[in-house]
Amino acid sequence: MGRTLAEKVWDDHVVRRAEGEPDLLFIDLHLLHEVTSPQAFDGLRKSGRQVRRLDLTIATEDHNTPTLDIDKPIADPVSRVQLETLRKNAAEFGVRLHPLGDVEQGVVHVVGPQLGLTQPGMTVVCGDSHTSTHGAFGGLAFGIGTSQVEHVLATQTLPLVRPKTMAITVNGELPDGVTAKDLILAIIARIGTGGGQGYVLEYRGSAIEKLSMEARMTICNMSIEAGARAGMIAPDQTTFDYLEGRVHAPKGEDWDAAVAYWKTLKTDEDAEFDAEVVIEAAELSPFVTWGTNPGQGAPLSAHVPDPASYEDASERLAAEKALEYMGLEAGQPLRSIKVDTVFVGSCTNGRIEDLRAAAELLKGRKVADGVRMLVVPGSARVGLQAVSEGLDVVFKDAGAEWRHAGCSMCLGMNPDQLAPGERSASTSNRNFEGRQGKGGRTHLVSPQVAAATAVLGHLASPADLSDAPVAAGV
Amino acid sequence: MEAFTKHTGRAVPLRRSNVDTDQIIPAHWLKKVTRDGFEDGLFEAWRKDETFILNQPERKGATVLVAGPDFGTGSSREHAVWALQNYGFKTVISSRFADIFRGNSLKNGLLTVVLDQKIVEALQELSENDPQAEITVDLEAREVRAEGITASFELDENSRWRLLNGLDDISITLQNEADIAAYEAKRPSFKPRTLEV
Repeated sequence: MGRTLAEKVWDDHVVRRAEGEPDLLFIDLHLLHEVTSPQAFDGLRKSGRQVRRLDLTIATEDHNTPTLDIDKPIADPVSRVQLETLRKNAAEFGVRLHPLGDVEQGVVHVVGPQLGLTQPGMTVVCGDSHTSTHGAFGGLAFGIGTSQVEHVLATQTLPLVRPKTMAITVNGELPDGVTAKDLILAIIARIGTGGGQGYVLEYRGSAIEKLSMEARMTICNMSIEAGARAGMIAPDQTTFDYLEGRVHAPKGEDWDAAVAYWKTLKTDEDAEFDAEVVIEAAELSPFVTWGTNPGQGAPLSAHVPDPASYEDASERLAAEKALEYMGLEAGQPLRSIKVDTVFVGSCTNGRIEDLRAAAELLKGRKVADGVRMLVVPGSARVGLQAVSEGLDVVFKDAGAEWRHAGCSMCLGMNPDQLAPGERSASTSNRNFEGRQGKGGRTHLVSPQVAAATAVLGHLASPADLSDAPVAAGV
Repeated sequence: MEAFTKHTGRAVPLRRSNVDTDQIIPAHWLKKVTRDGFEDGLFEAWRKDETFILNQPERKGATVLVAGPDFGTGSSREHAVWALQNYGFKTVISSRFADIFRGNSLKNGLLTVVLDQKIVEALQELSENDPQAEITVDLEAREVRAEGITASFELDENSRWRLLNGLDDISITLQNEADIAAYEAKRPSFKPRTLEV
């Protein structure tokens, strides 16, 4: 019987297999950041161990970094200590680090692909659940805890139990105005936040094949929000074109050998998945969340659901608690929800295509009175690219704040936070209670919905903008 | 890692589903660079509510958390496990755990026990009716016992063996040094490197 893509990549990384034990898997790339690594380096130090493969390890600073005044000392002393700890650890152990201010600094999941370090068929890990992003290149990429970070630093391997596989087949073509973000939010709403537990998801089908690499990253990024540690997409010409010429992409004969191998990385026709979900792309429309977990979402044209409509008691209770926390009424149209804040950025939607999409809608328009809009590029390089295209000017002219790269308001570890009761439309990945600041309320949206919402002041899609005036002469 | 063989203690019934790791330990606590001192951050937002179960005096000293389905979703932060342990929990019972949280818990000796939702609810009810009721989680027998309830649970033999013996994963892996070196020797040259070596 044939094998799935996930099984092929898994098999190619088995260092040791023994009856009754987890497989020992080799790790091709280990990404580090300041939050989940300090205790791991401490562990190495205590046991007198070194980093086994410095040449497969890279670190950057993202979670804590401020997005304003980055040339000044970091104001929050606790954040400063954590960043300084990473710098000390990187220097002591010899790990390559891109600190705040460096041109390669940025959200770890934006940095890896843009350097060309993330390639098909690789195993990629990081102490961050959104490591699933890198699966967009056709590798196995997943988040790990700090104990596993220490394990990979010391051994470049991880003992792992082989996951099950789930195919998510998206047929047809996404309608105009419907993005990868809408698609993944719809998938999560369909299978639930626990639907992918124990599985690696493989996104496939014609709608997926038509997506750009950046859109594919958005999809794989949020696999964890469906409970799956990893999501992947078979590499194809789009993948190869994205990689060719990047700093760490193979060159010359290595490139040819790599492409020949990468072309074998697809699920065999006679392979069987443990589960399959089929989605018709044509049925999708802009999708937003109304609740406090990413599975609590609905098409923008819908209404806030009535908790009484849920048959399952724990889902009903969860919906009741979510509406209470979010300050919403059952039956209220989603479009009637007013926001104070719009955030464009994060490892989900902080890449150049996301910024272009938001800028295109904002060009010649204004952010609504009383709305604060933050635009945070996913990396310093994305920021530079945006500036070279004049996108920063578009954002600033519209009344948005243009910031430096980092995780920023996705999780509010730096000063970019919601105040209690404030409501955001956010292109990030989690709408958990307090995720963007204590008492803050989050609606997850695409960059396009974020931009339209910023202009109109309530949840809105680009189609709603046709009535909003565009300034003369633009 | 501390070994886990058998534990008996009073419970905290937490009747919420999808308890994500941002609730277990909010992000601002993640700036700490140690593995301890997270107890005050555990469920920080919910503990501001006086009626929250953890604030009830009869729950003081409880060591068994009996939670709703899909416990530990979201972020990979191992701090969530440390916070539960720092607070005094030895074991968490739920019908479903998020994968990364489960892995992290078993690497730190916090035993996460998967039981059928009906049994989880029976344990919650028992503890709600009698806060002094004790629950025993017996890893050797793979069994949870409480008044009127006996339920067996599954845990793969390898994880069980490591927990029972409190074994450190890294030392076990390093016994396979030859296998790792052999694998490294045959890796294709086109695989990327972060440094020139």
